[in-house]
Amino acid sequence: MIIPRVPIQHRRLLPERRLSGPTPWVIAILMMLTLLAASAGVGLARSANAIGDAIAGRVTVQIVTANPITRAEQAAALRRAAAAQPFVLSARSVGREELQQTLGQWFGSAEGDDPVLKSLPLPALVDIDFVGEDREGHMRQLRALVAREAPGARVIPHAEWLGPVARLIRSLAWMAGGMVLLMTLASAAVVIMTARAALATHYPTIEILHLIGATDRQITRLFQRRIAIDTAYGIALGSVVATAILMLIGWQWSRVTSGLAATASLGPGGWALLLALPLLAIALAALTARQTLLAALKKIL
Amino acid sequence: MTDTPMARPGGAMVEFNGVGLRYGPDAEVLSDISFNLQPGSFYFLTGASGAGKTSLLRMLYLAQRPSRGIVRLFGEDLVAMPRQRLPGFRRRIGVVFQDFRLIPHLSARDNIALPLRIAGVSEEDLSGPVGEMLSWIGLDERAEARPATLSGGEQQRVAIARAVIARPQLLVADEPTGNVDPDMAMRLLGLFEALNRLGTTVVVATHDIHLISRIENAQMMRLEKGRLADPTGALRYPPANRA
Repeated sequence: MIIPRVPIQHRRLLPERRLSGPTPWVIAILMMLTLLAASAGVGLARSANAIGDAIAGRVTVQIVTANPITRAEQAAALRRAAAAQPFVLSARSVGREELQQTLGQWFGSAEGDDPVLKSLPLPALVDIDFVGEDREGHMRQLRALVAREAPGARVIPHAEWLGPVARLIRSLAWMAGGMVLLMTLASAAVVIMTARAALATHYPTIEILHLIGATDRQITRLFQRRIAIDTAYGIALGSVVATAILMLIGWQWSRVTSGLAATASLGPGGWALLLALPLLAIALAALTARQTLLAALKKIL
Repeated sequence: MTDTPMARPGGAMVEFNGVGLRYGPDAEVLSDISFNLQPGSFYFLTGASGAGKTSLLRMLYLAQRPSRGIVRLFGEDLVAMPRQRLPGFRRRIGVVFQDFRLIPHLSARDNIALPLRIAGVSEEDLSGPVGEMLSWIGLDERAEARPATLSGGEQQRVAIARAVIARPQLLVADEPTGNVDPDMAMRLLGLFEALNRLGTTVVVATHDIHLISRIENAQMMRLEKGRLADPTGALRYPPANRA
């Protein structure tokens, strides 16, 4: 039982009070930070996975032949030849308009209609997605195909240039996970200190209870209930504030539709984890309080 | 000599044999304590302040284990007894403290009911005994009063009621009359005597030599500097069976 059932007459052995002292407030702050760190960790991990999945099997072939007609012919031939290969899932020529539109953002022309941009000799690009996991084998076969269909073209695996970003995001996700762990340990430490302080405050009562025959279990249940309720208040408060912050961030995030940011979301598993964390925290607090109290009571005869 | 606290180990409720007690690395506060307490008897424990009375009582009511020697209570060796068995033994012992040690936020009624609640007696079953106990100590009218609003004598009576409500086999009282006037002291002693007549073994630590003379057949143990000054029982009061 997370919050032990104690008869009301026994509860009165400790003076009844609620949300007094710093414990519920400290727990609330730690819980809020834990939930925010956990949601950041989940979001980043999902983003890193999304990027990883997107780039792991994709390459772009860049054809830089000077003659635009030859360049277009080589691109078309390569796309056709690649599409016919069993290790290729899809092959797509990137149109000139699409390229101009992408580059236009850097030239200050969102539509890509800048005259300077239009005059630039742009390379022909062919995006190719592989089938299966044998990336090295597929790369060897593709390089051979490129050498045949478009000599001099560059093969650029996306993992090479987006991989470090994905790794950085994954590292940040691990850091967020570490923060969750540290804050969980800090919460447990707060509960331990609270339990010890409660024992010190109520030592005369505990001594009397012991001497009239109360067992450690009876005394522990009294304090465990009180600490579990106090921490539950703190956890509930911290969870409400964290949820409000996450909803606000989610509302703002929903307006971000481009780039890496668009890949970040909590997903059903993430939300389930965030819902489970407060319950786990209450259980951890109750268990920590129980073990602390039993260990402390054993030192008293 | 045959009826001294040292004699008749067989059937003794409490048996101390060569008991010593020290706190930490300091010298022993009690040394070579040996005596037996017989069921249904009344004992006074006397001695100057610092002689070790409270330490001896703490071992009697299981708040302290001895550093050496043998302590047997109700026929069981307490030195080797696992800690989890102690609550069962403590429920057979009532304790009255010099400073009462009532729980300040509980009413007189709830303080008295405490041992029964700890023992798992239902609210239905404990209301009768608690009411009787309040009448016995003359505090029916003050049942809901908190200890802070009771006089010293009233608090002491509540403490005694709490100590005896579960009908303990052994009652240990540490200077129970130290904080009350002489009239109240005699009334409290009367309560102890009444309990003793019902079969409870009573041990009272006191300075008051006049109090000792009030109980017939009470036996006395005197502590001097951590040792029983009367290991043979020759000094016990009254000098019983010396016809």
